[in-house]
Amino acid sequence: MSQANSSHNVAKARSHTINMAQITWTGYRTIVRKEITRILRIWTQTLVPPAITMTLYFVVFGGLIGSRVGEMGGFDYMQFIVPGLVMMSVITNAYGNVSSSFFSAKFARHVEELLISPLPNWVIVAGYVTAGSFRGLAVGVVVMIVASFFTEFHIAHWPVMLGVLFLTAITFSVAGMINGIFARKFDDVAIIPTFILTPLTYLGGVFYSINLLPEFWRNVSQVNPILHMVNALRYGMLGTSDLNIGIAFAIILGFLVVLLSLCLYLMNRGVGLRS
Amino acid sequence: MTAALDIQQLRKVYANGVEALRGVDLTVQQGDFFGLLGPNGAGKSTLIGILSSLVNASSGNARICGFDLHKERAKAMAHIGLVPQEINFNPFETPMQIVVNQAGYYGVPRAVATARAEVLLERLNLGEKAHLMSRSLSGGMKRRLMIARALVNEPKVLILDEPTAGVDIEIRRSMWEFLSEINARGTTVILTTHYLEEAEQLCRNIAIIDHGQIIENTDVKTLIKKLDVETFILDLARPVNNPPELDGVECELTDPQTLEISLPRERTVNDIFVHLQSRDIQVLSMRNKANRLEELFMRLLNEHGHNSAERQAS
Repeated sequence: MSQANSSHNVAKARSHTINMAQITWTGYRTIVRKEITRILRIWTQTLVPPAITMTLYFVVFGGLIGSRVGEMGGFDYMQFIVPGLVMMSVITNAYGNVSSSFFSAKFARHVEELLISPLPNWVIVAGYVTAGSFRGLAVGVVVMIVASFFTEFHIAHWPVMLGVLFLTAITFSVAGMINGIFARKFDDVAIIPTFILTPLTYLGGVFYSINLLPEFWRNVSQVNPILHMVNALRYGMLGTSDLNIGIAFAIILGFLVVLLSLCLYLMNRGVGLRS
Repeated sequence: MTAALDIQQLRKVYANGVEALRGVDLTVQQGDFFGLLGPNGAGKSTLIGILSSLVNASSGNARICGFDLHKERAKAMAHIGLVPQEINFNPFETPMQIVVNQAGYYGVPRAVATARAEVLLERLNLGEKAHLMSRSLSGGMKRRLMIARALVNEPKVLILDEPTAGVDIEIRRSMWEFLSEINARGTTVILTTHYLEEAEQLCRNIAIIDHGQIIENTDVKTLIKKLDVETFILDLARPVNNPPELDGVECELTDPQTLEISLPRERTVNDIFVHLQSRDIQVLSMRNKANRLEELFMRLLNEHGHNSAERQAS
């Protein structure tokens, strides 16, 4: 009996030399390459619209209205809104890329190519999140380039700026993936950005300093995580912030851990993907 | 030798209470060309869904090349290639991108994947379309693309869920030839199909599934031997008014010049011709009413349905 078992195991080992590390690494690179190719192929839908929108923001809010606003937080108004607009672009693009791409793959059923493969679920999440972060950060760079045509700014704290941008892009890519997992129709992909992300972004200190608000609303605003992200980026770029940077990083990291755990849990349970 | 597929007491109850599989036991040996037949709703797609890990089993277990699908999922999945029933690739990618990306998900380096994709696409007559958007392919081409995609990781077990549904005869024949070729090279092929001629022509072993249970599992020759009555259609030279009376043979006139006879296994066709000759009935041509396997398939299903009804009644 034991001889039979051992010959069975030998046969198994001989016929199946599977290198999981190679599968994982090659699989991850394949997803990232595929997604980034998609982003670059449809650059008129992914990279150009944020540039046009942000140009309009700078012209209307920064130039026309901003010139009458004067200084905000010790800076020229145009300079003040740059970090907020960069952050707004990173958030919406990172989120939108993953939610729409993953849902489209579900809708057209080609997500099954990944689901039947030997890839662990965390690799699929990592691949989509990397690509989503790439788009968020690419658009962030585009917005900074656009901003440089309207105002002068120097980077006060590079590590803080890069840290907050990367963490925010990753966090909202994961959030977009969760949206994509739950979505059953295209409308479901638009609900969260329309009813939650946009209001939180506009109320997240992109266009104003919370010091302008009455104390009550100033305290209420601090519940909004995007406010902390915008202020952390403003600190990184301009060297000024309404809020504590350490708390901002703790909040971003906290959100990232919670969302990532939820995303992996949903993938492992096969919610919306396996019956 | 480790079985290519070893399923034990596999059950699936969906959230809506439908019991799609009711304790399926099935073994497919390596190198086999295996047919899984059954009517719509019998549980074939659920079984394939579980084997491809798109459906979670309620209980029981399945091993692919010795690897437990639940406990060693990645290793089990590394040995499978799946051709699903419905088109499920990105229509905005080219066949080359689709096949090469799929290889990447199995850890095949890009250069190797590209070389394999070129060979497969060429062999499946998709070479000229390799760099066109896949949405522009015809139905038959899309099916062949899914076969190329399923083979790029060089799986030990290839599962095809009705691969020739809706393709014309010429393409179907060329796909049969291709599948026989890869089976001859050692790949285990598991096929579901509604074309029983296809199953009879290609498969060495066949299982019939109905109401979530395997009701027959044997080799094709043994299965065909179970066919105790075969029905032939005879085209007559001249019209007749009544069907001839032949001892132990059921005869029916479907029109004055078409005679349908159900011939028991122990009777020879020669017997029948002698009798018809003696009654001055001339036969122009003769053909099987249905493919032999099809006839047996229908009988088995009717028998099983009858028994199920009896069980429920008791």
